[in-house]
Amino acid sequence: MTDKNGFFDLSKTSFTRRTALKGLAAGAGLAVAPGFVRYSQAQSSAPIKIGFQSHRTGIGAAYGRWYEKTTAAAVKAINDAGGINGRPVEVIIEDDGTDPGRGAEVVGKFATQHKTDIVYGTLFSHVVIGSAPAAGEAKIPYFVVSEGHHVASTKLNRYVFQPGITDVKSQIQSMAPWIAANAGKKVTQIFPDFAFGYDHRDYLPPALKAQGAEVIAQIAIPPTESSFTKYFPQIPAETEVIYHVMVGPAVLTFVKELGEFYGSNRPQLFGFIDSLEATDINSPGLEFLDGSHFWEGSPRYAQPDDSPAQKAYRAAVGIDDNGAAVGDPKDVSTAAHMFGCWETLYVVKKAMEDAGYKGPEDRTKLVEATEALTEFAEGPEHPQGPKTFNGKIHQCFGIQNISKVEGGRLNVVHKTKIEDGLYEPEGDYTTQAL
Amino acid sequence: MSEASPAKAYALHLGVIALLFALSFVLPAYHHGLLARIMVLAVFAMGYNMLFGYVGLLSLGHAMFFSAGLYGAGLTVYHFGWSVPAAFAAGLACGALLALAIGLLALRTSGVAFMIVTMMFAQVFYLVILYFAAWTGGDQGLVVPQPARILVLGSASLDLTNPTVRYMSALALFSIVLLVTLAIVRSRYGRVLVAIRENEGRTKMLGYDTFSNKLAAVVVSGAICAASGAAYALLFGYVGSSFASVQYSILPLLWVLLGGIATTLGPLIGTLFMYYVVDVTSGYTSAYLLIVGIALILLVLFFPKGILGTIRQRWLGWLP
Repeated sequence: MTDKNGFFDLSKTSFTRRTALKGLAAGAGLAVAPGFVRYSQAQSSAPIKIGFQSHRTGIGAAYGRWYEKTTAAAVKAINDAGGINGRPVEVIIEDDGTDPGRGAEVVGKFATQHKTDIVYGTLFSHVVIGSAPAAGEAKIPYFVVSEGHHVASTKLNRYVFQPGITDVKSQIQSMAPWIAANAGKKVTQIFPDFAFGYDHRDYLPPALKAQGAEVIAQIAIPPTESSFTKYFPQIPAETEVIYHVMVGPAVLTFVKELGEFYGSNRPQLFGFIDSLEATDINSPGLEFLDGSHFWEGSPRYAQPDDSPAQKAYRAAVGIDDNGAAVGDPKDVSTAAHMFGCWETLYVVKKAMEDAGYKGPEDRTKLVEATEALTEFAEGPEHPQGPKTFNGKIHQCFGIQNISKVEGGRLNVVHKTKIEDGLYEPEGDYTTQAL
Repeated sequence: MSEASPAKAYALHLGVIALLFALSFVLPAYHHGLLARIMVLAVFAMGYNMLFGYVGLLSLGHAMFFSAGLYGAGLTVYHFGWSVPAAFAAGLACGALLALAIGLLALRTSGVAFMIVTMMFAQVFYLVILYFAAWTGGDQGLVVPQPARILVLGSASLDLTNPTVRYMSALALFSIVLLVTLAIVRSRYGRVLVAIRENEGRTKMLGYDTFSNKLAAVVVSGAICAASGAAYALLFGYVGSSFASVQYSILPLLWVLLGGIATTLGPLIGTLFMYYVVDVTSGYTSAYLLIVGIALILLVLFFPKGILGTIRQRWLGWLP
């Protein structure tokens, strides 16, 4: 199918330097842009098109790469099993540069140029929040894999869903009972001084209090900091647990300096693996973490009690027993989060089938069908574990893993219950007009 | 630069506005939406060009003026439920006042020092946004609620989330700023600014108060950038700290350099060019910034004064 008005037809354009000077070069160049490829097949055989908003460049690139691998594996599995409603799934990827401004443009591009059925796959919270208005205005369902609380906060809009990964508020709340019972009652938090850190700052204290423990100090570290030694004297001497969620490239320095500060006589350490996703736990400088505990969404290392579904998922995505790419032990995955891509795509499949989805004209039906979902059983489609879904806040709830660093690997020592992470809904998207 | 009759200059600019208006009816949906965004950001570039192009003051802190407008408009809607015109005015006022305060301090310096001082102020502004995260949403930002983005004019109401209304609103802002910019640069005041750029000492010797003139230029520039930021918040519904980062201070510099320094239409050309180079090349490779870099090198080689700047130098000397 060609562009009806011929505006972008390169063959009809005299493409000289003079015309370029008149400003037509950009427009003409678009004629060969990937987005102008159109399908002329009958709708019944045309693929379901999923626009994947990927962090290929920018700060989220390590996550983006593994999100793409997981997505490719899930789409292959879905297509091998007959696709969605008998139609194959096609993924179209656009890089958002991990930038909210570009993110919104990419959502617009999916909706109006690629004409995808949905948009999917965004991780970083600021990109999700920046892109959500564009999805709501284009009325295109937007399935994110972000773990931020922004979707469940009901501050976005009815077209935004997070059905494949739990949100950070739920994760933090789930950790509190184990920390209070096993690590200690007096907790000092060290977190980055931006939104990701604030979630931990705000949600952990009440969760610990409910378990009879308390946060005795909160140390916010500016995102521009590259050395942390000067902050450690602020840690109260009676601290029993240091709860750390440092992220970014400075984490290696942070751990090394913390080790130098405490030596062998340290409090218990509890952290979120977000700090060390795509980083080898055996990297030089991380020895100090031996014996400490981490939250993991899905375990990085293969566990003795892995279900057949978990084993099949790992094989399909291509990660070995150490959570690194098969054939490249140094290419460590973002295992704790990327399972969310796999599971989200199966939720999309289920919702599209429930809605009898045929094309963009059925997007509102897809929204309602997704909102009607309530449970996802553990199995090949949900290898991380069982989940419940709250259609009013567009957020799933599931189990979490607590792993101990021992012998150079992360061993799961505790799995939380779904109920540990439930909280009162803060709103109701279903009251918004479609 | 030869002088053009006012009619010729205004005819060209009105022609560009008419072309942008006409494009609204023929562009495919994606490019229609993208061009609306480009026009809003071209206003940002025009504000930057006012100071950089015509006064010769290279600022590396204009993201703070853009984001003053962005937050001034966005936060008043989000927290106080202000109407669209009131929020836009708040954004504009924030940018103008900030520019006045920054100008009073930064204009005590010049050259590289001015560049560094403006960059440091912008960094302070960025960190202030992060510090007051409870109000600003910190690095995650805030969504301006869709129901609040409706412009009520008497009995009529315009939904700014509608693509056509958004495009026309962006075009209206762009047109006003373009014509105001043209009027300024053709005015006596505009001549004084160019004189300051060319030789400040001589301008001072001729009896002009160069500090006041430069300060006025900083305020006008800041207000235009803030208008762009306010429009961005209201038209696209997102307010975030990334727009206050140093990247958004460098981007308008790049757009202006590409389009043509001290040309009224250069900012639009530069913004348009950069946007489409990124948009098209990112469809092929994740190394698109490499291609952007090569494109920039080629432009510097063949269009050393920017696209319109070189055209003016070689062929159309009357271009304002």
